[in-house]
Amino acid sequence: MTDTRERSAAHTTFTLERDYPVAPARVFAAFADSQARHRWFVHEEGWKLTEYDFDFRVGGRETGRFSQKGIAVYTQEALYYDIQPANRIVFAYSMKRDADLISTSLVTIVLQPAGATGTKLVFTEQGAFLDGLDQASEREAGWNDLLDRLGREVGGG
Amino acid sequence: MTQHSTQHATFVIERDYDAAPARVFRAFADLDAKRQWFTGPAEWGPDEHAMDFRIGGRETNSGGPKDGPVHRFEALYWDIVENQRIVYTYEMYLDDARISVSLSTIELKPKGKGTAFRITEQAVHLDGHDSPEQREEGTRGILEQLADALKRGA
Amino acid sequence: MLNYQPALDQVYAALADPTRRAMVERLSHGPVSVSDLAQPFAMSLPAVLQHLQVLEGSGLIRSEKQGRVRTCRLEPKALQEAEDWIARRRSLWMRRLDRLGDFLAAEEKTKRPRNKDRK
Repeated sequence: MTDTRERSAAHTTFTLERDYPVAPARVFAAFADSQARHRWFVHEEGWKLTEYDFDFRVGGRETGRFSQKGIAVYTQEALYYDIQPANRIVFAYSMKRDADLISTSLVTIVLQPAGATGTKLVFTEQGAFLDGLDQASEREAGWNDLLDRLGREVGGG
Repeated sequence: MTQHSTQHATFVIERDYDAAPARVFRAFADLDAKRQWFTGPAEWGPDEHAMDFRIGGRETNSGGPKDGPVHRFEALYWDIVENQRIVYTYEMYLDDARISVSLSTIELKPKGKGTAFRITEQAVHLDGHDSPEQREEGTRGILEQLADALKRGA
Repeated sequence: MLNYQPALDQVYAALADPTRRAMVERLSHGPVSVSDLAQPFAMSLPAVLQHLQVLEGSGLIRSEKQGRVRTCRLEPKALQEAEDWIARRRSLWMRRLDRLGDFLAAEEKTKRPRNKDRK
């Protein structure tokens, strides 16, 4: 079987930072607890969730399938590599649009105490964006939005 | 309490091979072929190597110096495009300590009758588990690598 | 996030010169004074100092003046752990890719049909 599509891979790293006014354990819980996670990470207005599995432990997977008004089905699949409670999460994930793999990434989330009661979150995504089907800048904007939502989830505002 | 640290880094290596992309691809896809070249330093003993080369499949490879530690590589394949691309993530362990997680992209493009090969590795290094001996080895590695590059006229 | 590539590039650039490689080689046996280090090279002291400056700038060596003597030593710690680690990954891949090249060349030579049974 010969593949005639022009293949490409754009490699990008981006880092996002947030300060949250709650302790690292609270921020960590918003990642680990499936109900909290649902509120800020999984549920999205205008998107229909057709499948969701979440197994938050080292070696565990997260699979989400979302469709956008019948236009496209996105599948996100993650594998957790490292989980240090209230401190660090490392996972790899891929995104598919319909049958096409559009990216594979490695994400490191580090939580550090900041000030007396707060948390500094540092998010780093090292990604391979494939075949021109996805853009790092869009991904970065997406995570920016998610980290803002995480801020609202943990009671930042 | 363990001090956790994370450091990110990326490297790219490019090579031209006389062999066509299909043959280079096979050297990654076929375990017997891959065993011939995907090995540790010569002074290490025989390694254990298992591979399930398909999307979602895993590969493990472990070996090391006689007196330890055991170096273990555990990979998961995310994307395989025959003769063109392989994307996998992998963990490196020293004995039981996970020292790094990496995302590797291997790209093969025809170049004349041969192949332009490129590997991009994006990695996070965890907790500074490396020993001083390994650091020294690393410095030596740089020198060797440089000598290699110069021999090749880079 | 720290990107270690620039520091490594500096190291490679510093070592791309044969004189500087010879100096590093010499220093790998222990600290040496600048004048002793300069001795084997047929060049002026300013030229030697210039090389040392590049090496020092890359973090590969350190020099210290005691009285009238300036002594140089290798500073492997300057290569931080992560740099070393990524350099090791990289050099491991360089060696592997050499072997892959050898493997492909050997395979080509024997022209063994792909599906022929192995003994």
